[in-house]
Amino acid sequence: MNRIIELKGVTAGYRRGNPVISNIDLSVAKNDFLAIIGPNGGGKTTLLKVILGLLVPWSGTVSVLGGSAQNARLEIGYVPQVIPDDPFPVTVMDVVLMGRLKNSGLFRRFSNRDRKIARINLDRLDVGNLAGNEINSLSGGQKQRVLIARALAGNPHILLLDEPVASVDRDTQDSFFNILAELNREITILLVTHDVGAVSAYIKNIACINRVLISHGETLSSESVAKAYGCPFELVSHGGIPHRVLGKGIES
Amino acid sequence: MINALGYTFMQHAVIISLLGSVACGIIGTLVTVNRMSALAGSIAHASFGGLGLAYFMGFSPLMGATGFAAVSAIGMTVVTSGNRVKTDTVMAAMWATGMAAGLIFIKLSGTYSANLMSWLFGSLLAVSASDITYAAILDIVILIVITGLYKEFLAVSFDREFSLLQGVPTNLIRGIFLILTALTAVLLMKITGLIMVIAMLAIPAAIAEMYTGSLWKMMILASIMAAVFNLVGLALAWMLNLPPGAVIILIAAFAYGAALAIERIRSGTA
Repeated sequence: MNRIIELKGVTAGYRRGNPVISNIDLSVAKNDFLAIIGPNGGGKTTLLKVILGLLVPWSGTVSVLGGSAQNARLEIGYVPQVIPDDPFPVTVMDVVLMGRLKNSGLFRRFSNRDRKIARINLDRLDVGNLAGNEINSLSGGQKQRVLIARALAGNPHILLLDEPVASVDRDTQDSFFNILAELNREITILLVTHDVGAVSAYIKNIACINRVLISHGETLSSESVAKAYGCPFELVSHGGIPHRVLGKGIES
Repeated sequence: MINALGYTFMQHAVIISLLGSVACGIIGTLVTVNRMSALAGSIAHASFGGLGLAYFMGFSPLMGATGFAAVSAIGMTVVTSGNRVKTDTVMAAMWATGMAAGLIFIKLSGTYSANLMSWLFGSLLAVSASDITYAAILDIVILIVITGLYKEFLAVSFDREFSLLQGVPTNLIRGIFLILTALTAVLLMKITGLIMVIAMLAIPAAIAEMYTGSLWKMMILASIMAAVFNLVGLALAWMLNLPPGAVIILIAAFAYGAALAIERIRSGTA
């Protein structure tokens, strides 16, 4: 199965008559590393919610790993945006263990195997030494790594990241993308961001979203696409990375 | 003060203060980390309608309040699984509706002032044996539920969406949490009174949050804090002949102010 995420003509939103994303086509191949870029309010998070099955689209079809989004949910590692200065009394280890909840059950404790897997994934993200620390004491970049470790603890097929570099400072961004590239050997990665600087050479594909989204970008000229959909020009002219803009309903 | 412990009513007051601290510390911690004190307040005040109804119909006020609190907690679970704006409005409406219904029922029952005052401001020195049984059962239920579902409560409090994606029944966990909050609020009404329930849920947990790095430690410290406030408040109120509920709250507020000041100084010098 090559296409592991397939959206066709998806329109979704929260209030009737006011779609946040409109007529979206998106297909993600196995082992792709796709960055979807768009402005705030452009529908990035909404798109993620549709893929995760948290939001049922008004129209169109969603297929993830060959089945419905809800059924595929447990196979997706979701990494939400790090919210700075939101204190919570919990240790790093306990956060990563949350990624093992689906393998455990109500009225059961986490097993030694769960703890071992959590530990392995913390080490994988270079934050194993922080396991016993409080989450509040971590920097934004460290928190980000912990949340990725949590997502990986469930052995997902797909990693979905919401604004992953927003909290990572520029100096450590390279090593951050190195880790993602490493993970990408086994796992399909899809990230959404409003930050053009989030683009790295490791990313294999780029799409733009601003309510609509166009795939099959190769049939269109990058520049005209950029103008029509408000994609940042410097990104388009960046070169090297195949670029596409998602959505086909050209209105507005 | 030691002599006072010879009185049954004082023994009851001490026992319910200690039992109440357990529920207060555990549930208060969850209310605090979920930033849901307004929701807890709303459920507590809605239960006042049940109290009034119980007086009017002539059944146990404790059961009336418990029933109303549980029903409003379930109602809030259903409503708050939807959108935020509606939640806020429903919360405010439920808060006031419960109070209004309670006042009217109590008035109609003809026992207006005495009952009203005792539930609004607490009646720590008039605790019955059945109140103590209620507190003991509630503590046991809370301890079983929270130890059995600790990892789920932690995960849902920390990140509800992620928990849902992990297959955790988040609405069920939330519903259980709100019902336990409602029952705890009813118990605390006996101690500090309805008006001060939120403070008792919020303050010990808020202080504990400053000094602990995990949820269970916070629950334990908050319970100890609540016990200290309750007992010191009770003793002071006895010696000074003041209403215990109010004294307990003032001590808690003073401790919270001191904790905040200490933290300010510490972070200022760091």
